[in-house]
Amino acid sequence: MESALERLWRTLVWAFVIFFVVNVLAMIATVVINSFGTRWLSSWLPAAFTLRWYASAWKEFQLGDVLLVTFQIAGAVVLLSALIGVPAAYALARRDFPAKPLVIVLFLLPLLVPPITFGIPLATVLYKVGLAGTMWGVIVANLVPTVPFTVILMIPFIEQIDPKVEAAARVFGAGTGRLFIHVLVPLLVPGILAATLLAMVRTVSMFELTFLTAGPSSQTLVVALYYSVFAAGVRAGQSIDAMAVIYMLSTLIWLIVALRFVNPTQIVARVKKSAA
Amino acid sequence: MSADRRPRRRTLADRGIDGVTLLLLPAALFVVLLFVYPFVYGLLLSFAPKEGGWLGNYSKFFSDPYMYGTIWLTLRLALPVTLLNIALSVPVAMQVRHMKRQRLLTTILVLPITLGTVLVAEGLLNYLGPQGWLNRTLILIGLIDHPIRLVHNYWGVFISLVITGFPFTFLLTLSMISGIDPALEQAAATLGARARSRFRHIVLPLIVPGLAVTFCLAFVDAFSVFPSAVMLGAPAGETRVISFAAAQAAFEQYDYSYASAIAMIMAVVQFGFVGLVLTARGLFYKGPVGGGKG
Repeated sequence: MESALERLWRTLVWAFVIFFVVNVLAMIATVVINSFGTRWLSSWLPAAFTLRWYASAWKEFQLGDVLLVTFQIAGAVVLLSALIGVPAAYALARRDFPAKPLVIVLFLLPLLVPPITFGIPLATVLYKVGLAGTMWGVIVANLVPTVPFTVILMIPFIEQIDPKVEAAARVFGAGTGRLFIHVLVPLLVPGILAATLLAMVRTVSMFELTFLTAGPSSQTLVVALYYSVFAAGVRAGQSIDAMAVIYMLSTLIWLIVALRFVNPTQIVARVKKSAA
Repeated sequence: MSADRRPRRRTLADRGIDGVTLLLLPAALFVVLLFVYPFVYGLLLSFAPKEGGWLGNYSKFFSDPYMYGTIWLTLRLALPVTLLNIALSVPVAMQVRHMKRQRLLTTILVLPITLGTVLVAEGLLNYLGPQGWLNRTLILIGLIDHPIRLVHNYWGVFISLVITGFPFTFLLTLSMISGIDPALEQAAATLGARARSRFRHIVLPLIVPGLAVTFCLAFVDAFSVFPSAVMLGAPAGETRVISFAAAQAAFEQYDYSYASAIAMIMAVVQFGFVGLVLTARGLFYKGPVGGGKG
């Protein structure tokens, strides 16, 4: 019972979706193909394929060191944000107290204010205390959005757990510490995994905060990529793209694992859900 | 003593404050110390300029067209992009909600968000370039004769903001629209309402409040565009965005006080728009908030 107009509209909408998806995939494909190509000037595909850009990118950009720094920073951020965030989420899920809405706003603000806006004053403070330029400075800066992110993401996971389970553990004499280790953490594994993996993705791809606080020895991959494009001309475009491919892999691995635990809409939706 | 203390402890516990509530403290302290304090510190620092009175930084910013012009240049990018992304998201979400293989599409769309603006900018540099696939395709199908210039100008940044921004607004809109009870639309269909009027009278009023929030989030994001404006745009010219001006003040002139002032101006413009949109939402929309699942 569709009118011709409705069918036309439907076709138009789907044509747009396909156009968009094709462009995104083609854009990613250009990066991948260029990183394997020898010379790609005025043709659809490079003249020949080679692996040497990966070797040269590895040497030129000291990718071994950069990757090590990236994962040290991301690992520390993920661990700390889980340690600080999960207990806070538990308190917010289980207790009602007068200032609760205010506390929730406090946790939402760092997620809603763009990193570059609060990053500049934050970097100023970190420079003043001498943390900026070091690895700890980058870790602390990246924790600012990931701690609230973990808190907000974990609340619904904790609310799903039947409070009777906790009451039973308490009856048998478990304190809050043992309750966490023996009851809550095992039950929360999917939630904690989702939160930590998404925090990992966010930290690896967080450009602004790392850019503002990193020194030469504490750059993560995405900042190194930015600088190499910025100083393009001295380096071969293909070896920059080789680095970009390595960056893509280092982000997407975590995303693929995370998507086993969360729906893609949730990755952006939780902020809005709790804000509305 | 203990007789005094017991009732007080009980009232605190009755109000929900006990050992468990204290678990909140580390996280709350952390945010206060590293988010609220730097913001206040930056605000105060912005009133202590290197030279001039307490408003020195602000009068310096607003008397230099090269500086205050960045507000306009950023708005010129952020506003149209945000409106376009929302205008595209609603019809697409209306179609996709009935789709069986939704997950594949949403996974593809979450890619540009995950990869981030730096990677998208690097990819687009090749893809949109004069010898890139887009220009080649357009020439092949005969739409254009010569490659059109899409990088190192306004349009390069615009396209990169659509590529990272559209998936974001779309996924938010989709989660809102799929939260609407399908029975509402079925009832309207039974009563003979066509798709268009079902959308106009049922879906739209339910999602307008959520769209306002989506607009705010997407606008604030687009207004703070940074890496793609530098890599894909003309950072000395038509895409000299405000965040670039702030970063320059901090890292090229080492004037943290001026940089903080620019960051504060950025925040004021962002919050100003958010406040405006949310007030408008309050004026036009009266009724239970939330067309979404939450």
